[in-house]
Amino acid sequence: MLTLSKISQSFYRGTVNEKHALRKVSIEIAEGEFVTVIGSNGAGKSTLLNVVAGKLHPDSGTVTIEGHDVTRLSDHDRASMIGRVFQDPRAGTAPELTIEENLAIAYTRGKARGLRRGVTKHRRDLFASELATLEQGLESRLKTRVATLSGGQRQALSLLMATFSQPKILLLDEHTAALDPQRAALVVRLTRELVERHRPTTLMVTHNMEQALELGDRLIMMHDGEIVVDVSGERKARATVADLLSAFEEVRGAELSDRTLLG
Amino acid sequence: MIVATELGLLYAVMALGVYLTFRILDFPDLTVDGSFTSGGATAAVLLVNNVNPFLATAAGFGVGCIAGVITGILHTKGHINGLLAGILTQIGLYSINLRIMGGANVPLLRTSTLMTPLREAKLLGTWSSAAIFGAVALAVLALIVWFLHTDLGLAMQATGENEVMARSFGISTDRQKILGLALSNGLVGLAGALVSQYQGFADISMGIGLIVAGLASVIIGQAIFGSRNILNAAVAVALGSVLYRLAIQVAMDVGLDPNDMKLMSALLVVLALVLPQWSVVRRISGLRAAYRGAGPQGALTADEYIDDVDDLEIAAKAKGE
Repeated sequence: MLTLSKISQSFYRGTVNEKHALRKVSIEIAEGEFVTVIGSNGAGKSTLLNVVAGKLHPDSGTVTIEGHDVTRLSDHDRASMIGRVFQDPRAGTAPELTIEENLAIAYTRGKARGLRRGVTKHRRDLFASELATLEQGLESRLKTRVATLSGGQRQALSLLMATFSQPKILLLDEHTAALDPQRAALVVRLTRELVERHRPTTLMVTHNMEQALELGDRLIMMHDGEIVVDVSGERKARATVADLLSAFEEVRGAELSDRTLLG
Repeated sequence: MIVATELGLLYAVMALGVYLTFRILDFPDLTVDGSFTSGGATAAVLLVNNVNPFLATAAGFGVGCIAGVITGILHTKGHINGLLAGILTQIGLYSINLRIMGGANVPLLRTSTLMTPLREAKLLGTWSSAAIFGAVALAVLALIVWFLHTDLGLAMQATGENEVMARSFGISTDRQKILGLALSNGLVGLAGALVSQYQGFADISMGIGLIVAGLASVIIGQAIFGSRNILNAAVAVALGSVLYRLAIQVAMDVGLDPNDMKLMSALLVVLALVLPQWSVVRRISGLRAAYRGAGPQGALTADEYIDDVDDLEIAAKAKGE
């Protein structure tokens, strides 16, 4: 269970460039729920994710994970509960380390890291069987440096690393945006499989409306720092890209008429 | 030749420390010039006061660790640029080193040190002592290679390669940097303790410009012997240290003054850094780039959160037109 209550976050406060990225955003996400997040440029989607991850500390409001208030915890202190996959395929892995060493780092998420060997026989077997589920042949390349993998393979590995260590929460930040359509489709399929298998509470930001409809069981649309659309269940399953576009137009239209009235 | 090899092997301990910060943590640490002298000075003063040579040498390691922790805290908690943090510690240590020694130097001529048994057996300056120093360097090297393959060591490597990734898996990158700087300067202090016993004195200028010698060992060693993996890279650093001392020896033999050596060292490092960038050299020799390609580093800035392409906006516009 992930609860955000009345989160406000602004950038460049007190200057002419002041930007309210989030305005008193509240949302409750049930355990195991998979939420896709869409919204226009600067709507606050990534800010929302970064507030959950602890990369940003909000001006006001609280973040609660399974009843624990984590608002003031730093990103690495929360990382025992949170798995992340970034837009940049290079961001989720250490390039000069081998595949198995990267997995060892993911495996020790939330555990004390001491002077035990990072890659043991037991762990290597586990890593190989996990990698096999990706169907990328990576299980036979455990000692390969990650820098030599393609973007799609690195993103698939990042996804595995973020999920197999069983975080309570999974944050996906436009993790297919930097890939070509074929690789993106692969990563989408793996996302579905891995989320189904490990059942983390998932927040996925995407720019691709079809992807937002295809994946997950709840969809929210953000605009100007607020959640303006929140659909789930049957309604989400039936929604189409056209529905989303007209909902978006409606929000923008309302904003325009407000401005006209004020003007 | 033998003396240069001996020195190279002793200084290899220092070079391995520099390797930890410069390559593993991607942190050019200038503390080294100060912490080397601190290690040498501490060991020398303890030896003069009849402390067991092994304990005195270990104290050199300990003092180096403390120096590293100070630089680490200045950088991570004080948010001071890494180069500046190192320089500040180094300058501060200059005064502290004078205090430790109670003067500009401490002679060890009639003091019993780790080198005394070797000197009495007339082994110094022979291949036997070189072999002994080689064993010491090898032990340090083995410890580093082992450490970097533990869970903690992998966390340190990840910190140097990709901070975003490291933090997302719960690694406190600040703590890793402080630990890495402590270990690195501990080794540098240990090398200082060994060198002061080898040369029979500690003095205030023994560490000046040492960072350049350390970088030269790392860069030259890895350019020649490679850095395919940690073991390969660490062995290359140790061999690089020996090569560096041999090169200095050769320069002296052809008539250069010891006073010219700092300039020679600096030029050597410049060459080793610049040559691999020239495509001609790369093509001919297949020299490995002195810089390792690193992943995206540092925290994302506020701008990046709100600065991205947007399908919705584009789609909405397209529909409106």
